[in-house]
Amino acid sequence: MTINQVQDMIIDEFLVFDDWMDKYNLLIDMGKDLPVVDPKFKTKDFLIEGCQSKVWLHPEFRGEKIFFLADSDAIITRGIVGLLIRVLSDRTPEEILAADLYFIDKIGLRQNLSPTRSNGLLSMVRQIKLYAMAYKSTSKSKPS
Amino acid sequence: MKNISGIRADFPLLSRSVYGKPLVYLDNGATTQKPQCVIDAVDEVYKSYNANIHRGVHALSDKASEEYENAREKVRSFINAEKREEIVFTSGTTGSINAVAFSFGERFINKGDEVIVSHLEHHANIVPWQMMCERKNAKLRVIPINDIGEVLLDEYLKLLSSKTKLIAVTQVSNAIGTILPVQEIIDAAHSRDIPVLIDGAQGIQHGITDVRKMDCDFYVFSGHKIYGPAGIGILYGREKWLAELPPYQGGGDMVANVTFEKTTYNELPFRFEAGTMNFPGAIGLGTALDYVSTIGMEDIEIREQELLSYANDRLTGISGLRIFGNSVNKISIISFLVKDIHMYDTGMVLDKLGIAVRTGTHCAQPVMDRFGIPGTVRASFCFYNTKEEIDILGTGIEKVISMFA
Repeated sequence: MTINQVQDMIIDEFLVFDDWMDKYNLLIDMGKDLPVVDPKFKTKDFLIEGCQSKVWLHPEFRGEKIFFLADSDAIITRGIVGLLIRVLSDRTPEEILAADLYFIDKIGLRQNLSPTRSNGLLSMVRQIKLYAMAYKSTSKSKPS
Repeated sequence: MKNISGIRADFPLLSRSVYGKPLVYLDNGATTQKPQCVIDAVDEVYKSYNANIHRGVHALSDKASEEYENAREKVRSFINAEKREEIVFTSGTTGSINAVAFSFGERFINKGDEVIVSHLEHHANIVPWQMMCERKNAKLRVIPINDIGEVLLDEYLKLLSSKTKLIAVTQVSNAIGTILPVQEIIDAAHSRDIPVLIDGAQGIQHGITDVRKMDCDFYVFSGHKIYGPAGIGILYGREKWLAELPPYQGGGDMVANVTFEKTTYNELPFRFEAGTMNFPGAIGLGTALDYVSTIGMEDIEIREQELLSYANDRLTGISGLRIFGNSVNKISIISFLVKDIHMYDTGMVLDKLGIAVRTGTHCAQPVMDRFGIPGTVRASFCFYNTKEEIDILGTGIEKVISMFA
């Protein structure tokens, strides 16, 4: 599935609910379903620090693609990180960098994008794109 | 005192809804809502007499200057300062503390000297002193607290020495609500001729303030926490201290005479008011003080204590809810965690139920460290809140538990 196909699927899953509590329940379930992250990756190096909740994001470069693992100490945040990973893990750096993440707005999570929510989606998305950029430049500099 | 529906009608924002639910605003510790009269006062400045203060010869400037100075008089009277010269307008509590930290530090602090703060301070009453101590090679000492969030007066007395040059403590903890024994703190310091700064950011709005009775040397607070506009604050300094302190900002209006060789400074309080001040904010603050005086600070205190006691009863009834800060001397703040649910999860769900609370460390990380927690959910009530709103909060927390536990 392409990035946009996954985004459309997520939008459909959320569109069923009008009530915020139902949306949060869905996020909570998604947070609970997120694979457990090996504690060795839950270190300062992988921490996106903020004042609200902690988020750990671990990239792994395999072949041409980047795979992400993530965790948070807050369950709703875990659900949000889980969504991002569903969309952006197992992708090439080019795909990640070109991604237009319209699903965030469509499912009503845009307020989490405000820059003052220092541990909001914005810093997660920025970190994912930074990893993609870093990987892109290292793979380019490798002799083929 | 006006009845509650009359009071609430004074605050237009309180009748709005969020996410289709009536707003329950319980974040008054962060900022308070504004009564219509304050909104009108600021509006009126821009609509009918906006002009720069203390400068023009024209009618508008005269009017603006007069209203600005009237506001200063209102502040003086509200905190019962002796003279208007002792009232300096600043940008807020943070601005006031930074001003004292800089000016007092320049004038009186030398290598090896000590400044004492408490473990309950907001970062605004820690960091400026740390910066000053670093500059002056001085040391910051901290009064410890007990498990219910009260400062240990015995330990405080032990910290006092010939090296102590200033005490800077908060009147009330913003994070957990404890009212500090400022009178004892001031008296002990004064018996050794040590001046005391009181951070009144969380104290001024909850009861009568009398700086002369309290006998503090500096008292600072923010306008926006006492129903006034944001971006305006007060530095009260006893004249004998202010007269000794060098200005901390240079610019227009704070000078008497300027040549490239030497500048002489203006008299008090203008010496500390460089540049164009936030005069609409000051005028709005004056109106806010008039407003709360009409309601009555004594009545406000009684009503808020009633709300606190009601909230305590309602929330302690929720199994798994832990309250941090359990002193009997407390303002209407409840700082809590529920079971092992993350404060952010609690705050996010409450938000969608229309309930505004604060989550996090409340800019008081040392307090959170003392309790070994990453932060709390803080509900802060004021006189326009109702018991019904506390019930909505209680039901909201129970909803949170059902979702996460």
